[in-house]
Amino acid sequence: MSPILASGELILVFRWLHEKLVSTGLSPLWVELITYTVLAVGMFALLAVIALFLVWWERKISAHIQQRFGPMRVGWHGWYQTIMDAIKLLQKEDVRVDTRDRGVFFWAPVICFVAAFAAYVVIPFGDGLIVADLNIGILYVMAVTTFTIISLLMAGWGSNNKYALLGGMRSAAQVVSYEVPMILSILTVVLFAGSLSMGQIVASQQGHGIFNWFIFRVPFGPLAFITYLITATAESNRTPFDIPEAEQELVAGYNVEYSGMKFAMFFLAEFVNMFTVSAIATTLFLGGWNGPFMPSWIWFLLKTLGVVFILMIFRWTFPRLRVDQLMEFAWKFLVPLTFANLILAAWMKYAKWYW
Amino acid sequence: MEPVAVAEPTVGIAFWILAAIILMSAFMVVSLRNIFHCALFLILCLFAVAGIFVLLNAEFLAAVQVLIYVGAVSILIIFAVMLTSDLASKKILQTNENALVAFFVCLVFAMGALVLVVNTSIWPYATQMLPEDNVAAIGKLMMTDFMLPFEVVSILMLAALIGAIMLAREERA
Repeated sequence: MSPILASGELILVFRWLHEKLVSTGLSPLWVELITYTVLAVGMFALLAVIALFLVWWERKISAHIQQRFGPMRVGWHGWYQTIMDAIKLLQKEDVRVDTRDRGVFFWAPVICFVAAFAAYVVIPFGDGLIVADLNIGILYVMAVTTFTIISLLMAGWGSNNKYALLGGMRSAAQVVSYEVPMILSILTVVLFAGSLSMGQIVASQQGHGIFNWFIFRVPFGPLAFITYLITATAESNRTPFDIPEAEQELVAGYNVEYSGMKFAMFFLAEFVNMFTVSAIATTLFLGGWNGPFMPSWIWFLLKTLGVVFILMIFRWTFPRLRVDQLMEFAWKFLVPLTFANLILAAWMKYAKWYW
Repeated sequence: MEPVAVAEPTVGIAFWILAAIILMSAFMVVSLRNIFHCALFLILCLFAVAGIFVLLNAEFLAAVQVLIYVGAVSILIIFAVMLTSDLASKKILQTNENALVAFFVCLVFAMGALVLVVNTSIWPYATQMLPEDNVAAIGKLMMTDFMLPFEVVSILMLAALIGAIMLAREERA
C-alpha cells in the first residue's frame, strides 16, 4: 500500500521554500504571502492544464460516440487543439452589451472562476499532497461551491438578456435543489468515516484491499455513490441536467452575452468543476489515493479521470430532462431515497453491521 | 504535515480588512437604489463575517455561515428580486426625510447594546483553548447539553417547512 515515490514531494517543496525565506530574515508576513502565492499559482497552473486536457478529451469522446474523429489537425490526434483555442480566445474582442449592468457583468466570471478553484485547498491529490487538511474539509467544499450559483445568477442578471436571465435562474434553482440530496449522500460517508476532514476520510478507507472503499460497503455505499454521481452531474450543469444552457431553448443560457476571455473563464470553470466533483467522488467513495505499486497521485488521477469519463459518457448518451421532470426527480425521488439511505447507514453503524 | 503557522500581524491585517469590507458592504445594502446590487452586497457582507469566524478559529461556523447565508438565504432573496415583476429596472429610494432621526435613534440603541455587552462580559472572554477537533465537540454538545434547544429548533424548522408547502400547494377543487 505504500507508494514508491516519497510522499508529499509537493508540500516538501513549499516547506523548503518557506524555510529558505525564513532564513533570509524577511518579516513573517512577507514569508507567508510569498509561500502561499507560489502555492496558489502552482495549483492554478496544474488545474488550467487539467481543464485544457478535459476540454480536448470531451471533444474526442463526444466525437467517437457520434462516429466522428473530433479534432485531428493540430498535433497528434489534435492534442494541442484546446491550447490553440485558448490562445485564440485571449486575442478575441471583448464584446460588451451597452445595456449590461456594469459591475455585475464584470465580476460574474471572476467569482465563477475563483469559486471553481477554491475547492482545491482541501482535495488530497496523494499521500501528503494536500494544501490544507482542514477539519471541516468536505463542508468547506460545499460552502465555496455555492458561490458558483451566485456567479451564474450575476451573469444572468448582468447580461440584461432574457435568455441569460432564464438560464441563470434555472441553473440556481437546479443547483439549490440537487444540493440537498448531494449533501445527504456525502453525509452517509461522513457518518462512517467519523470526520469531515478529507485526509481522515481517505485514511478510513485504507486496509482490506478495495473492500474498505465506501463504494463497496453494501448496501448504503453503492447507493450513496450513485446518488452522488447523479447530483454531481446536476451540480456541474451537464446533460441530462443541462437545462440552464439548453441550446434549443435558451441559445446558450447564462453565458450568452459573454465573449473572449470572459467566456473562456466560464468555460474553464465548468471543466474545473467537473474535475472537482469527480475528485470528491474519488476521495469519498473510491478510496482516494489508496492503491498498490504506483505513486499515490497517479492512483488519484486515474480514479478521478475514470469518474470524469463516466460523466462524459452520461453527457453524450442521455437526452435532456424537462424542467418539471428535473425538479420532480430531485424532490420526489432523490431526497427521500438519500434520506432513507442515511437512516439505514446510521442504523448499521449503531448496530455495528459493517467492517 | 503541520500547517504553516499564521503569524500575528497577518491576523491583525486580515481583521481590519474584513471589518472594513463588512462596514462598507453593510452600508451599501441599506443605501444603494438597485435592489439586486443590495442583495449582492449583502452576500459580500455575510461572507466577510465568515472570514471573521475563521480568524476566531471557528471554521465550522464559518463554513455553515457561507453554506446557509450565502448558499440559501441570499439566493432566496435574489430569486424574490428576480421574480418580482418591474423590480429589475426600478430605482428605489431607500431613505425618506426621517433618515437623520432614524440614524440617531439607531445609534443610541446600538451604543447602548454595545456598552451593555462590554460591561457585562468577563474579559478575556475565552478562558480555555479550543478543542483540537471542534466539529466533533460541537456535535457532542448538541447531542448532550443542548439537546432540548436542538430538538425544539428541529421541530420549528419542520413546522416552517410544512407550512411553506401548505401555502404553495395548489388548491384542489
